[in-house]
Amino acid sequence: MSYMLGGVPDRAMSSLTAFGEVSLFAAKAAREALSAPFEFRETVRQIYELGVRSAPLIAVSGVAVGVVLSMHTRASLERFGAESMIPAGLAIALVRETGPLTAGLLLSGRIGAGIGAELGAMRVTEQIDALEASAVDAFRYLVVTRVVACVIALPLLTTLMNFSGMLGGFIAENAETGLSFPLYFQRAFALIEASDYVPATLKTMVFGFIIATISSFLGFTTTSGTEGVGRASTRSVVLSSIGIIVANVVLVRLIFFVFPQAAGG
Amino acid sequence: MTAAPAPVEIRGEPQAVEVAGPAVRLEHVTKSFGPRKVLDDVSFDVTEGSGFIILGRSGTGKSVTLRHMIGLVQPDSGKVFVRGEEISSLRGKELAAARMRMGFLFQNAALFDSISVGENVAFPLRRHTDLPDREIRERAMAKLQSVGLEREFEKMPADLSGGMKKRAGLARALALDPKVLLVDEPSAGLDPITTGEIDELLVRLKGHGGTTLIVVTHNIPSARSLGDDVVMLHEGRILARGTPAELDRSDEALVRTFMASKNAG
Repeated sequence: MSYMLGGVPDRAMSSLTAFGEVSLFAAKAAREALSAPFEFRETVRQIYELGVRSAPLIAVSGVAVGVVLSMHTRASLERFGAESMIPAGLAIALVRETGPLTAGLLLSGRIGAGIGAELGAMRVTEQIDALEASAVDAFRYLVVTRVVACVIALPLLTTLMNFSGMLGGFIAENAETGLSFPLYFQRAFALIEASDYVPATLKTMVFGFIIATISSFLGFTTTSGTEGVGRASTRSVVLSSIGIIVANVVLVRLIFFVFPQAAGG
Repeated sequence: MTAAPAPVEIRGEPQAVEVAGPAVRLEHVTKSFGPRKVLDDVSFDVTEGSGFIILGRSGTGKSVTLRHMIGLVQPDSGKVFVRGEEISSLRGKELAAARMRMGFLFQNAALFDSISVGENVAFPLRRHTDLPDREIRERAMAKLQSVGLEREFEKMPADLSGGMKKRAGLARALALDPKVLLVDEPSAGLDPITTGEIDELLVRLKGHGGTTLIVVTHNIPSARSLGDDVVMLHEGRILARGTPAELDRSDEALVRTFMASKNAG
């Protein structure tokens, strides 16, 4: 192992440097997202590309997750004769944690890989330089629009994930016990409060920010041709996923601090 | 072909001002990438309305020189002036305003692959003018017509051949009627007939449009047909400068060998 600076291994040093670069990139994206000029048209296009086109993935996955969660919940609650609590238990699990985290991880795959590959390909084919040469601020046009689109789309897709999951839970319960649709959803929403839904869903705005900034950074700084594009795409997924999982720990802790009732009350 | 439309009016820009002095001036420009010095104290002037050729073997800093002129690369030391304005010191909106008066044809055309050929040409007009949509489309069509691609308006860039991409890239570079056109390796990857067609378009542009043409190439026939003035770079420095005929008689053996080649590209 080689050492570069004061006994710090090269790899650790380059990781720290990369972390610093991503942080500066993210800070610039946040700053520019809040200042004019705003690229409304391109942002709307990105909300469609990244958000609306991810909806089928989220809906189908949500139903599948709901079915599986319902089966597991039934297996646990049956032992205590508490089957009637299945819809509420499933809904709380989905809304508080499973929905946001699953949606975040799924979207880090779909959106992260897409942004990393698209911007990487634009970098190696000089399209980003062509934007700059056309007197367009490429960072604002390509990065800020994607960051804003992800921050807007993630909470909406998480809400879709939650409802799809509940629908999956209903399908499983209906198949098992013949429970009606109105009764299932009445029970599902019986224990859900705003403090369960709002903070857990809003935290996915942070997930969106993480996915968009990490994958945009990797795409924007791609080198080494098509091989580099593949690497940017893969790393976008891996690093976005890790970023989401780590941020989730911090955010859950923060939510419990600000909304003590969300801790289980 | 219909009559050429009036010069395009760029949003927020005063009408084109005639500038005394050179179209482009490099003063003692030095640039390194890591330990490698790519340009070493390079200085030259480009006369307004002329055809200026930057010749040299691969890796001698030709494209880097061109990129300095549009602010895609900043010099480590020295200054770059375009039509009297020090472009190497400009940032943000001022740099964007300077770029609007220039066109850049990239080596691989760098067409935006997510939009049609027509929209590629319309892109600078949509970004920087207040023209109505109908007129933007008409102007984009007129530019495509001038390069013989009027039938490819609705096609996607991926559906074009290499030569067609380059011509479409030229149409986009000309969309805002630039005073200075920078062209990076117009013959790269093209057969001699297509190269001749591209050269013919560029000659016509210089002759009738009064556009200053700065072309990076290592194709000698192209240099002869386009160049009023030629510099030859070697290892980051200017090895020779003059008209093509003067370079034929250069004292430097390398220059004579280069100029004697039928097609070094």
